[in-house]
Amino acid sequence: MNLELFIPEITLAVFAVLVILLDLFVKQKAWLVKVSLSGLVIAGGVTAAMWGDDSTAIFNNMLAVDSFALFFKLLFAGIAFLVILASTDYIAKFARFQGEYYALILLSTLGMMLMAATADLISLYIALELTSISLYVLVGFLKDRKSTEASLKYLLLGAIASAVLLYGMALVFGFTGQTQLGAIAMSIQSMSLDNVLASPALLMGIVMLIAGFGFKIAAVPFQMWVPDVYEGAPTPVTAYLSVASKAAGFALILRVFYSAFGIPEWLSMNWGMIFAALAVISMIIGNVVAIPQTNIKRMLGYSSIAQAGYLMVGLATLGFASASSILGQSTILFFLASYALTNLGAFIAVIAISNKINSDDIADFTGMGKRAPLLALALTLCLISLIGMPPAAGFMAKFYIFSAAVQNDLLWLVVIAVLNSVISAYYYLRVVKVMWLGEAASEEKVPSSGAPRLALFLCCLGVLLLGIIPGLVMRLAEIAGNLFAF
Amino acid sequence: MEFNYLTIILFLPAVGAIIIALISRKDDALIKRVAAIFTGIPLILAICLFVAFDRSTGAAGVIQFEEKYLWITQLNAHYHLGVDGLSMPLVLLTCFLGFLVVLISWKVHDRPRQFFAWLLLLETSIIGVFVSLDLLLFFVMWEIEVIPMYFLISIWGSGRREYSAIKYVLYTLFGSAFMLAGILSLYFTTGSLSMVDISNQGLGMVQSIMPAAAIFWLLFIGFAVKLPMFPFHTWLPDAHTDAPTAVSVILAGVLIKMGGYGMIRLCVGMFPGPAQQYAQILIILALIGIIYGAAVTLMQTDIKRMIAYSSISHMGYVLLGIFALSQVSLTGAALQMFSHGIITGLLFAMAGLVIHNIKVRDLRKLGGLARQVPIITAVFSVAGLAALGLPTTSGFVAEFLIFLGAFNSTAVPYAQVYTIIAIIGVVLTAGYILWMLQQAFFGPVKEEFNGVKDADGLEKFYMFVLVAVIMLVGIYPAILTDVFKLGITPIAGLFGG
Repeated sequence: MNLELFIPEITLAVFAVLVILLDLFVKQKAWLVKVSLSGLVIAGGVTAAMWGDDSTAIFNNMLAVDSFALFFKLLFAGIAFLVILASTDYIAKFARFQGEYYALILLSTLGMMLMAATADLISLYIALELTSISLYVLVGFLKDRKSTEASLKYLLLGAIASAVLLYGMALVFGFTGQTQLGAIAMSIQSMSLDNVLASPALLMGIVMLIAGFGFKIAAVPFQMWVPDVYEGAPTPVTAYLSVASKAAGFALILRVFYSAFGIPEWLSMNWGMIFAALAVISMIIGNVVAIPQTNIKRMLGYSSIAQAGYLMVGLATLGFASASSILGQSTILFFLASYALTNLGAFIAVIAISNKINSDDIADFTGMGKRAPLLALALTLCLISLIGMPPAAGFMAKFYIFSAAVQNDLLWLVVIAVLNSVISAYYYLRVVKVMWLGEAASEEKVPSSGAPRLALFLCCLGVLLLGIIPGLVMRLAEIAGNLFAF
Repeated sequence: MEFNYLTIILFLPAVGAIIIALISRKDDALIKRVAAIFTGIPLILAICLFVAFDRSTGAAGVIQFEEKYLWITQLNAHYHLGVDGLSMPLVLLTCFLGFLVVLISWKVHDRPRQFFAWLLLLETSIIGVFVSLDLLLFFVMWEIEVIPMYFLISIWGSGRREYSAIKYVLYTLFGSAFMLAGILSLYFTTGSLSMVDISNQGLGMVQSIMPAAAIFWLLFIGFAVKLPMFPFHTWLPDAHTDAPTAVSVILAGVLIKMGGYGMIRLCVGMFPGPAQQYAQILIILALIGIIYGAAVTLMQTDIKRMIAYSSISHMGYVLLGIFALSQVSLTGAALQMFSHGIITGLLFAMAGLVIHNIKVRDLRKLGGLARQVPIITAVFSVAGLAALGLPTTSGFVAEFLIFLGAFNSTAVPYAQVYTIIAIIGVVLTAGYILWMLQQAFFGPVKEEFNGVKDADGLEKFYMFVLVAVIMLVGIYPAILTDVFKLGITPIAGLFGG
């Protein structure tokens, strides 16, 4: 067995423990940030160095080490890096538990990396719980009323989702006798359609898996937790949740549905249709309910539900495309990368602004164009990217994902999706409007410190690069779209 | 590969915008000078290209000054620029008005840095639409234009500016949402994003996978919103009226021409079958636009709103010319786009001047200004007469070609009947133009306007340049029609000439 293929994960685990221990001894808490960041850089660097090697499976086929997993590991390391940079100001306000905060971020990143690599229902569940439990704690980190409520809500609903997921896994296992994804696929391919229809438990198991994963990616109707949790959680954690946790959910779905249920076609067409339906309701509900929101975190919460809808257009494509086509996967990967940069950028700007004005109300962002021109400009760029307008990354991501959908006869879904983008322009531009057109309540400048600025700059740079010359990342996504075949 | 003229024309305004963003906000004069330089050089280059443009008959349908580089491998998208006879004059028009609006905006003192940066970005995106030969690039440029427009209207506009700005954005996005679906379908069915390749290969492939008519309509909606075609026109009066003068000029002058350009190049040029099949419906909508637009114009009292509604009527002629589908009518439509750009640009500039100098925009309150502001009156009258199609102005030639071409069209049944109905519009146009001139400038002199300022030196300069171009095209239209023909001939050839 090749333990060196597991180095990124080991690094993160070691650094997570290191940060907690360090917290006991050092007075200068800035060290914690530096140590966590270097842990992520090492883990990311090792991952990048493994890019291009032959894919393989380790731990008795429990985990896959393929370019798909590596792509996500890099993505998660990058997201965690930016989130930690952006949280420095926010967390420095805390008297205690700073070490735990950074350690929990590292641990949940570790969990997500495992989620992307998992190739077995058992390792899948462990990875999912490692991520979730870290996140439950992070959401409740402020320990005020809203944060605690959010944490409890997230915990309870998350537990139910886990239970549904476990039940679905049990049904799949009961029907196929396997937990390893490749083995499940072989078992299903040996069955005939009549065979399955005679005992629909397998299909029910798959539907339950979709429900369990749907909670992670915040798809309607499993989105109930989103607004409250997003509003109550510390804003950096909200950013982390909205980006990393969602990406990890999509990694799981892609892995499981492609590897285990990708063939035969009658099966993939069916779950493709389910995802298409979920995409439609997620886009519509996310966008329509976002319109009346007055709190920017809640608005971004609903917007993330809508974005999950666009991403599920890609999942529907995956179901409808022939099994040999990788267009469905690679468009989702590209969309996730661009969404991660965009949404993180938006949240970091919101963190920087609301940290100083102590408010998350959109009305209080009035006049930010004068009070904090650079932050307002960055937020404007990210919001434009979320609408899906050029020259930002969001446009290329949508173009790419929709072009794949049209190629698989999903024009109707694409038309619904692009019309939804029009609806979304209304509420995103409302924030732009108050920032640039409204008269500020006070003329006082809103200062921001170095680390969040750097993180914001990196995000905006990424958004523009992916929007103007997307070729390189598309190429990476294309390579990563080749999942390991068992 | 030669020198990349088009790239320079395309990106110089954007570079200017970035430089302006870096200038100190207090240095008002420097900002304006930089803006003038970075729109002036593209204008000079565009004139050079226009002069150097190969007008021989062998150049019909040939793309000139072409640049092509691979942009995104995965999507088979290219950075592909080039102009043919159809787009060359429109590029020239954009550069021309782009430079003039900087002069027109010389008196903008509210946040000038942002204003000129957005204005220059807007110019880049419009030029981009006319020079792009790759559908993805075309769409990117088409969409980018929305953002500067939103800020320009909502910050520097007047009246219900925020409402008008968001209405403009949502209408445009609504149209381009369908257009995006259309482009994706076209990309999927032909496997190419190159406009040139798709036009040359024809759509044999398309029919087998997806009905060509469906793609035609998806694309058409996007262009129809922009043109605007009745019943998608309601954004236009609001946006034109509430926009600052410079933006009204750009909006009426070149922005709505993107719709007509797209219709000719994509809808008619690539889908001759559906275009011919649905030509009658579209011509009827054009007639409604002409008559309804003119009738509503007659009832307006706000000077800018009046010019705005007249655009709907004039764009109806463009639509009629396009879907009469003959060589002459298409050339007329293209010329009408150019001519309307200059005439309405001038009208909006003059209206802006009246509003700025006299501070009154209600026609009923104006009157007798001929004594107090003779120069504005004279130029306004020339522009008005050009708009109603007086001979020796460009308006006359363009409308004449459209009517002539439509009347003789063999591609569309009952074309003569439609043309005769359209001519009623001319009578209405004469009615509202003369009424407007009379209300504002003639009649008894009003005491309260004594001492208002007439046009100053800079204003005289841009007025006379615009008047000169209107006259030049009116007297010697071949300077443009020779070029337009080269672009139109291959398209008209699809319908038997």
